[in-house]
Amino acid sequence: MMQTVQTIVADLKDKPGALLPILHAIQNTLGYVPPEIVPTIAKALNLSRAEIHGVISFYHYFRDHAPGKKTVRICRAESCLAMSGKDLENHAKAKLGIDYHETTADGKFSLEPVYCLGNCACSPAIQIDNDVYGRVSNTDFDEILKEHSA
Amino acid sequence: MSVTVYIPCDSSAVSIGADRVANAVAQEAKNRGIEINVVRNGSRGLYWLEPMVEVATDKGRIAYGAVKTGDVASLFDADFLNGGAHTLNLGLTEEIPYLKKQQRLTFARVGITDPVSVEDYVAHDGYSGLKNALSYSQADVVKHVSDSGLRGRGGAAFPTGIKWNTVLNTQADQKYIICNADEGDSGTFSDRMIMEGDPLVLIEGMTIAGIAVGATQGYIYLRIEYPHAYEILNKAIENATAAGYLGENIQGSGKTFHLEVRQGAGAYVCGEETALMESLEGKRGLVRFKPPLPAISGLFGKPTVVNNVISLASVPIILDKGGEFYRDFGMGRSRGTLPLQLAGNLKHTGLVELAFGATLREVLYDFGGGSATGKPIRAVQVGGPLGSYLPESQFDTPLDYEAFAEIWAVLGHGGIVAFDETVDLAQMAKYSMEFCVEESCGKCTPCRIGSTRGYEVMDEIVAKRDLDKNIPLLRSLCDTMLNGSLCAMGGMTPYPVLSALNHFPEDFGIEAA
Repeated sequence: MMQTVQTIVADLKDKPGALLPILHAIQNTLGYVPPEIVPTIAKALNLSRAEIHGVISFYHYFRDHAPGKKTVRICRAESCLAMSGKDLENHAKAKLGIDYHETTADGKFSLEPVYCLGNCACSPAIQIDNDVYGRVSNTDFDEILKEHSA
Repeated sequence: MSVTVYIPCDSSAVSIGADRVANAVAQEAKNRGIEINVVRNGSRGLYWLEPMVEVATDKGRIAYGAVKTGDVASLFDADFLNGGAHTLNLGLTEEIPYLKKQQRLTFARVGITDPVSVEDYVAHDGYSGLKNALSYSQADVVKHVSDSGLRGRGGAAFPTGIKWNTVLNTQADQKYIICNADEGDSGTFSDRMIMEGDPLVLIEGMTIAGIAVGATQGYIYLRIEYPHAYEILNKAIENATAAGYLGENIQGSGKTFHLEVRQGAGAYVCGEETALMESLEGKRGLVRFKPPLPAISGLFGKPTVVNNVISLASVPIILDKGGEFYRDFGMGRSRGTLPLQLAGNLKHTGLVELAFGATLREVLYDFGGGSATGKPIRAVQVGGPLGSYLPESQFDTPLDYEAFAEIWAVLGHGGIVAFDETVDLAQMAKYSMEFCVEESCGKCTPCRIGSTRGYEVMDEIVAKRDLDKNIPLLRSLCDTMLNGSLCAMGGMTPYPVLSALNHFPEDFGIEAA
């Protein structure tokens, strides 16, 4: 893991404003940003550990622990709320048996809220990893989940 | 010659099955031994008809929609490749009233071309604006933009020409163009549609901006929630560079402009231009004090133009046809067109680009077709999560920056979210406060603490506790946030909250004032 991180940091550290690209590359590779690599990044960018930690914790997208195999994001924004998004949210939590920011016991799915997927013409919307789904009924949700369970 | 079939790659169309339809069409053609050429175009923006399949015929493009995978075999049986009759046949795409009644300037090519093909782009009048810009002086390019009356389409509606002129006249060894593509407003997706459906128009607009003010480096700050747009933009940048439209010595002019896409990380406040620049610099997205203005000291302390996707994507047509052409659309001080996004509980959701001046009612009913559920539309939020809720009595307001300001509302980025009569506006007001709690950058107290206290007070109000004490408290708190916040995050959260309270007091358990 350290080797991977060091390669990423070495590749990107000279970009102007390198920190976000570095964090993205790490999360894309490892699935999260492990707290133990913070000193490595801090040293390479000549910043304090507190500054790096501050950035990681500021952004909703970065996480400091391993997520489930797939991340389910439920849109909580107004357009989806206007189209029974709240029902879908409740259904998703019940179906997965977890709340936001949690991972199912089998480690398959993490659940996160998202504030708009730009899919407002097809509300309510969800996203599983990079796949976006629109006009999702509770039944659709169950089927989509099944597809991603395989 | 093989027939060309268009099936959108737009992520919203894909979210309701466009990829599956594209695969099914290709497979069915193969099974029948028919040669077809499938182009993955952007979406025309008629989302209730997506996935929409179009076929190029002698008479023009003929549309079929909404197509499900199960319809594909019957489409082939009906000879859709020659525009054959079928229950899903919508006739000539351009004649569909929803599309025909629009005035598409910025969206002229979206849904028509192959998004990443420079050749297709140029064949549809692309890069004519840049060609003109390269033959003008920098000041003349800026003058065209000023003359057009274009105002920032991200929501703040600041005159684009003034911004550019400031950067042009500020001396520096390095200047930057930033495209704010952190389209976080709920109910908006026009930026996404441009980036997925006609990314080259944005690239051209940014290149023109760079040449106009003397900036050689551009960044597109794209929200992480748009992974499809990220891929398409990068492909388009690669193709534009290969064709000599980006990089060094653009089209032999000696001018240089480099462009890079940077991803955000799920912070709504980074749509605020100074927080965005902090984020691009690799820091937490904390809002900066102004002054200094970004145009004088912006990214890395250098003069920087920060414009929204739609503002920049409107520049090529302005430079192609002239500032006056664009200015002739619109009303009052709102010139040109606004791409409206119809969302939420509407029958015909989608993208409607119109000159400023149509009324909200026309858009909701003539285009939107009323609510999707068939119940009366009770409230409409215009301009994203920081926009006011409008009751039916305000539906005749023309879509114009000043007319909206007069009724204490905003047009913002043109997002229109409709709610039917089942909506509880007190719950929506509570949600607005909760959103501000989640997304506040934390730099200023009115926003950071005010939103948390506001959420608590709304919790009391929703439970109908001590209303005679809590309603005045909510108003007082909103007054503090409105007047004391550093940026629009805390400063505009009172818009949805107070408009809900003022127009729908019954939902808060009180009588109209």
